Amino acid sequence: MMPSDAPAAVASSGPDSPARPDVAAIPALSISGISHSYGARRALIDIDFTVAPASFTALLGLNGAGKSTLFSLVTRLFGIQSGHISIFGHDITRTPGEALRLLGVVFQPRTLDLDLSLMQNLLYHAALHGIGRRDARARAEEVLARIALADRSASKVRDLSGGQMRRLEIARALLHRPRLLLLDEATVGLDVKARSDILSHVRQLVAEQGIGVLWATHLFDEIGTGDNLVILHQGRMLANGNVSDVLSQANAQDVNSAFMRLTGAQSQSLTP
Amino acid sequence: MSSTTVGSKQSGFSFGEYIVCLNGIVWREALRFLHQRERFISALVRPLVWLFIFAAGFRQVLGISIIPPYETYILYEVYIAPGLMAMIQLFNGMQSSLSMVYDREMGNMRTLLVSPLPRGYLLFCKLLAGTAVSLLQVYAFLLIAWFWDITPPTIGYLTVLPALILSGLMMGAMGMLISSGIKQLENFAGVMNFVIFPMFFASSALYPLWRVQEGSPMLYYVCQWNPFTHAVELIRFALYGQVNWISLAVVAGCTLVFMVGAIFAYDPSRGLARRGPAGGET
Repeated sequence: MMPSDAPAAVASSGPDSPARPDVAAIPALSISGISHSYGARRALIDIDFTVAPASFTALLGLNGAGKSTLFSLVTRLFGIQSGHISIFGHDITRTPGEALRLLGVVFQPRTLDLDLSLMQNLLYHAALHGIGRRDARARAEEVLARIALADRSASKVRDLSGGQMRRLEIARALLHRPRLLLLDEATVGLDVKARSDILSHVRQLVAEQGIGVLWATHLFDEIGTGDNLVILHQGRMLANGNVSDVLSQANAQDVNSAFMRLTGAQSQSLTP
Repeated sequence: MSSTTVGSKQSGFSFGEYIVCLNGIVWREALRFLHQRERFISALVRPLVWLFIFAAGFRQVLGISIIPPYETYILYEVYIAPGLMAMIQLFNGMQSSLSMVYDREMGNMRTLLVSPLPRGYLLFCKLLAGTAVSLLQVYAFLLIAWFWDITPPTIGYLTVLPALILSGLMMGAMGMLISSGIKQLENFAGVMNFVIFPMFFASSALYPLWRVQEGSPMLYYVCQWNPFTHAVELIRFALYGQVNWISLAVVAGCTLVFMVGAIFAYDPSRGLARRGPAGGET
């Protein structure tokens, strides 16, 4: 079930990384046999895949494919009806505290307090993770500097641009130093420049800090050739593996045509 | 299992982490409250309208005989002050729950619920934060009321505090329980009509229960079964340095029941899961 290219070099990740060579084989996120229904409507049917540490996995699907339902299950907003989800080996139903400690999430809707300052938003998040004020302030300054918003720490979030808000949400999700980062349509509503900035920022986190990333999207052009790819369609998983494997399996030149072929080329608009 | 997990340096959470989390939630609620000045003003104006206008007009109609905890004849304004304090908390509890529905739609509730600390504890912190805000409102009301000759004994301002905390928690927990069943903000107007007004009017907030009994024995029993009546009486006695044990027991019991119900309703495997996708997403 592990992707064939599971990284062996996790031990060389960032300075705070708890990863050790012997634990590199444990998936950052493991989803097995997950099904979910809203009444009679089946939103997810028997989903099975893993996200390795220090890897970028794109979860590709149209609106309504089940991506947000899957995110709600991993983040414990919905209860699991059948199957198992674990984060670095911690089952999210049995040991939710340990699992959620290692998880950072960027939700699709904006979840910042618009009337509070950047720093206040970050300190609140740190408090929710039990990080004391002094440590939290140091971490907040560090992440704000990394997203080039250090000089705006006292401004209200309301005054930021859409791209800056997203960067702040990613910074916030990293404040408690998670090992797995989930992003649900993080680039929706952003212009081309902001989109590519955020995408390259997240890819940098994977390369430099060894964070495992699950990136939900409906935009084909966000998927790179070296990524892992999971295709969700109408609640079913149609493909799972390295992008090049998925392409050859679908006998396609690019992700767009692979998606068309696998989903039977429904008449929905697929333009990014 | 320990050989196949990562990052389990410690399991569970330290006492310090619980305190940091509580501080953070109360601090955010206070900041938000300060940013919503209209909310503070309307929370204050509502009971003052009752006090300045309604009570002044009603004073001549309704004579209050000497009933505990009062030791002399009192003005009607003095009688309804504890009821108005409880009303502030009732509105605040419902407004906190409104903010939870709003938060849930805006996604802020999601950031709270993905905190690794136990969910029941997070909701309890949220309740305490809402109660703290209601205390600010009640004491601001008491300050203004003092100039209107509502002058309970000085020690009463202190002895009423535990009663206010308990009744604030009860109202907040009740609001939270109701909010877990609300899908949209629009439904909240219904809650106002079907919860707040009946609870307020069918209680001892505006008239002593012996008066109600004279008028309608049926209503008298309804009032006695109303937890809000007991919150009012708990506050009334505490404001004069006394304890109404029956009311204390009822309010404490209701707080516990509502709180357990709310935590149960926000359990991922139950309450929220039944609601289906939020905001129409899947």
